[in-house]
Amino acid sequence: MSISRRGFLGAAAGLSALALAGRSALETQPREPEPGGGTPAAGTRWALVIDPRKCLEAGDCTKCVDVCHTVHNVPAIAEPAHSVKWIWKEPFERTFPSLQTDYPPDDLRDKPVMVLCNHCDNPPCVRVCPTQATWRRDDGIVMMDWHRCIGCRYCMAACPYGSRSFNWKDPRPSLVQTTPDFPTRSKGVVEKCTLCEERLAKGQPLACVAACPAKALVFGNLADPASEVRSLLRSRFTIRRKPELGTRPAIYYIV
Amino acid sequence: MRDRAVIIVALACFLVVLSTPVWYARAAGVTAKAPELKRPATEKACVMPVAYMRASHMDLLMTWRDDVVRRNARTWVSPDGKTFTKSLTGTCLRCHANKAEFCDRCHAYSNVTPYCWDCHVDPALIQRSGP
Repeated sequence: MSISRRGFLGAAAGLSALALAGRSALETQPREPEPGGGTPAAGTRWALVIDPRKCLEAGDCTKCVDVCHTVHNVPAIAEPAHSVKWIWKEPFERTFPSLQTDYPPDDLRDKPVMVLCNHCDNPPCVRVCPTQATWRRDDGIVMMDWHRCIGCRYCMAACPYGSRSFNWKDPRPSLVQTTPDFPTRSKGVVEKCTLCEERLAKGQPLACVAACPAKALVFGNLADPASEVRSLLRSRFTIRRKPELGTRPAIYYIV
Repeated sequence: MRDRAVIIVALACFLVVLSTPVWYARAAGVTAKAPELKRPATEKACVMPVAYMRASHMDLLMTWRDDVVRRNARTWVSPDGKTFTKSLTGTCLRCHANKAEFCDRCHAYSNVTPYCWDCHVDPALIQRSGP
């Protein structure tokens, strides 16, 4: 069989047109949104600035912990091996083990500091999660999908801050009080602070921030230079936990 | 043909055993009739047409779940233009306040055990049993 030059060029042009049409047809298929997608306002980076000295002024106050754990149905389990916590107190030296001095300020030495999930820019927990049950939202919140968590606890091993807890048993019997608006978790699921994303969606302040009588926790948008957190970061000396790990936390401490 | 009696008795026994489920269901009062569902008295329309909800409410709930948790998209616009918050306990259970007589009755009938309630809380249950 012979083919003329004109015939060959015509067939080639036809095939190319077909290929292009096929490609554009494929591209019009709706795409599955990225799991990290989220649609929070662009230019938002939520963060907390914590002033441990103000916190200490309030003495043995645990209001932020109590409120957070109540509204999020966090069980109260005394056994350390089974305990679940979203926000809690950690001694200063354990909070900042890589402090570049053996002589921390006297008023902070051995004193408790409020700690919670750091909502890192570069979260190791997200990188290791095999099911994408945890991911970083565009507004910086390291979010969890408890429907998707298979309880492998890789994230707990990866988190350098111990911010994640595992439900070794059904948490419901250990709830002091149940808030019906928020789900509980089930046995075999990891949980942690979600920076009150369900409250942010309704325009409400964080539960811990609203509950603090000493105003020791300040919440705001790092991406906005006029925000309160940015003004605090400008005017006060702040540190983050374990900065050498490169996780870039969004929780700052005034020291 | 001397075994005729034995064969007939054995056959009868076999038929009785074979039809056990039928007798058992009769005795237990199980019927093939779908359960009577308690519709909310206050609202007339759901977030989607009734036929869709009856067949595919689980798909809708899965979509809502992923929208809220993973995409932070919390508002649902129904075909008749009304807006709802995508929430199982906040929106669904606000109208269908009686979970036991709406959700559970049908799930029990169709022998499905959705694990929604392992975590999501029935507000009515909290009110009844106290904090």
